[in-house]
Amino acid sequence: MEKEVKTFTVSIYTENNIGLLNRISAIFQRRHINIDSLNSSASEIEGVYRFTILINVTEVQIKKIIGQIDKQIEVIKAYYHNEDDTVYQESCLFKIKSSLLFDDRQIQNIIKDSNARIVTVNKEFFVLEKSGRRKEIDSLYSKLNEYGILQFVRSGAIAITKEPMNISDILSDFKN
Amino acid sequence: MSDIKKISGSEAVVKCLIAEGVEIIYGYPGGAIMPVYDELYKYEDKIHHVLTRHEQGATHSAQGFARISGKVGVAIATSGPGATNLVTGLADAQIDSTPMVCITGQVASNLLGSDAFQETDIVGISTPVTKWNHQVTKASDIPKVLAKAFYIAKSGRPGPVLIDITKDAQFEMFDFKYSKVTGIRSYKPVPKLDNTNLSLAADLINKSLKPMIVWGQGVILSEAEKEFKDFVEKTGIPAAWTIMGVSAIPTSHPLNVGMVGMHGNYAPNMLTNECDLLIAIGMRFDDRVTGNLDKYAKQAKIIHFEIDPAEINKNVKVDIPVLGDAKESLTKILPLLKSRKHNNWLSDFKKLYDIEYDSVIKDDLFPTKEGLTMGEVLKEINIFTKGDAAIVSDVGQHQMIACRYAEFNKSRSNITSGGLGTMGFALPAAIGAKMACPEREVVAVIGDGGYQMTIQELGTIFQSKVPVKIVVLNNSFLGMVRQWQQLFFEKRYASTELVNPDFTAIAKAYYIKSKKVTKREELSSAVEEMIKSKDSFFLEVVVEKESNVFPMIPSGASVSEIRLK
Repeated sequence: MEKEVKTFTVSIYTENNIGLLNRISAIFQRRHINIDSLNSSASEIEGVYRFTILINVTEVQIKKIIGQIDKQIEVIKAYYHNEDDTVYQESCLFKIKSSLLFDDRQIQNIIKDSNARIVTVNKEFFVLEKSGRRKEIDSLYSKLNEYGILQFVRSGAIAITKEPMNISDILSDFKN
Repeated sequence: MSDIKKISGSEAVVKCLIAEGVEIIYGYPGGAIMPVYDELYKYEDKIHHVLTRHEQGATHSAQGFARISGKVGVAIATSGPGATNLVTGLADAQIDSTPMVCITGQVASNLLGSDAFQETDIVGISTPVTKWNHQVTKASDIPKVLAKAFYIAKSGRPGPVLIDITKDAQFEMFDFKYSKVTGIRSYKPVPKLDNTNLSLAADLINKSLKPMIVWGQGVILSEAEKEFKDFVEKTGIPAAWTIMGVSAIPTSHPLNVGMVGMHGNYAPNMLTNECDLLIAIGMRFDDRVTGNLDKYAKQAKIIHFEIDPAEINKNVKVDIPVLGDAKESLTKILPLLKSRKHNNWLSDFKKLYDIEYDSVIKDDLFPTKEGLTMGEVLKEINIFTKGDAAIVSDVGQHQMIACRYAEFNKSRSNITSGGLGTMGFALPAAIGAKMACPEREVVAVIGDGGYQMTIQELGTIFQSKVPVKIVVLNNSFLGMVRQWQQLFFEKRYASTELVNPDFTAIAKAYYIKSKKVTKREELSSAVEEMIKSKDSFFLEVVVEKESNVFPMIPSGASVSEIRLK
């Protein structure tokens, strides 16, 4: 069980410090582990930042990695979760020729069925936005690809865990 | 009226060092750090700056200073090449948990990122080899950042910190105020002691029939020498050490059963795979200690006393982790332990020691063949220092011999580059050690290879009048690599033979007293002369060219596959 490679979501609450991204990514680099996706943003606590990193490793590996991330001075707390323990989303944008909308009505059905959203349309192209799980985005990509995609970009995954994270408790413990 | 006075960033650097109790720093000046050097000139009655001959030497001196004293070692250098020359020392301090603060100058902040003269991204470069690092671009940040640097370097599991200060921040005037850092909200230096695991550990220890202790530097770093000795004596458990841990209790202690690992003693390595309980204290199961992990102490329950949670289950899966500071954990566990003796079990160690003595130790210490052995040199050093000296060793065969045979009465006496294996460590480290503890005898034991990596520090010894004793064990080879070539590469001695200069002439050029020994009958008197010398002294001993260090666990083999020849 522990030796099976799975997708894990790493959530890291940090102080905002220049160079911290470098310090965290170095931990993956040392172990020759590919980062699948990485996102950095504000968190629910003012002044505290949050990295969300997706990687494919074994549970044995992820435990060691979390330990090494957690001990970095500016890391408040690092967690890892299974796919089942998180609600996660990715977002993507497609740029597609506008003429296709009229030449081939099937593309309109694809847009409707996939719950994608048209962000902008002009004479030359339109931009489609889709949020969801990776599989949904992959499936939309392969359907649209048959008609031709001018540009495609996908964001890193962001994730919310089902279980609570006790960052505020950690920070208030420090004050007491 | 305020008592706050505007001062420059560079003066603030010096005032911060003084506030942290720093008296000696090691370094090398250059363009981007000149404002700080100008202040060091003004404050030279308070802080003694030692000019090393290379920035790497400054870091190793700072490490030697830290290792013998427990205080934070400080090194300072300029930007660019000055900064990059610190990297080896930082990496060494990181892997051996040595408290050190390095300060580097940096180009002015408006030039950052422009490939300016002597600009290098030292914060980027040093990230993987520092516990923490930070770049300062405003003078007003200097006090809090330096206070944080010292706190981080010293607290919890110690380590190196690098602070990079741009030149404009050194010139900038600001209102100086300093207060020490006592906590950082995102940093927990010592994990809370888990009392449940502590009592589970005590139960296991009390029930065990063949328990064995392996201790490391953590005992020394947490200043738990007394608590550790009490623990060993009350439980009566045979205790073995890693090279970073030796000297925490006297080597002559009856329960000291020797060194574990690749060139450790026969008994503790063999019996690692026979004990029913392995108690690891302040050590990290390095691969040079464990050999093949799949065949390491599989029959035993393992208890791990450790301050760094990331070390738990990193290499060896443990049954009971006891997180916390060793001093606190050992203090708390002591009343839970039964007074016991393990005489039969201890005699197993004795039997294996006797085998090792007959096949290895006797010939190392009391050789009958013509060539001098490294072991007999160590034996003579033991005789004349009576185990009171600090032995600073470099890396290679002589290091293993020094760690195996040096006798220690006091803690913090074995100073060596353990984790990183940095050749060139010993000479500058000995300088730092001697300056931190001038009352102690400090003997550097170095191979002819490593000696030439930092040989220029003889200049520091001469200029700063540091009375260190230097012993070079010269076998005209990079001996450990040659040993491996002999054993595993069918004697193809690729680039391991050294054609050496006249080492005594070099010492003489630096006005350091020197002696060269080539025969056994000259050895004892030469070592005596060296130890009795009030000044620094260089002793070259020409030893047998092709002798090997045994016992040895071949890499990839199990600890119990240790070879005696």
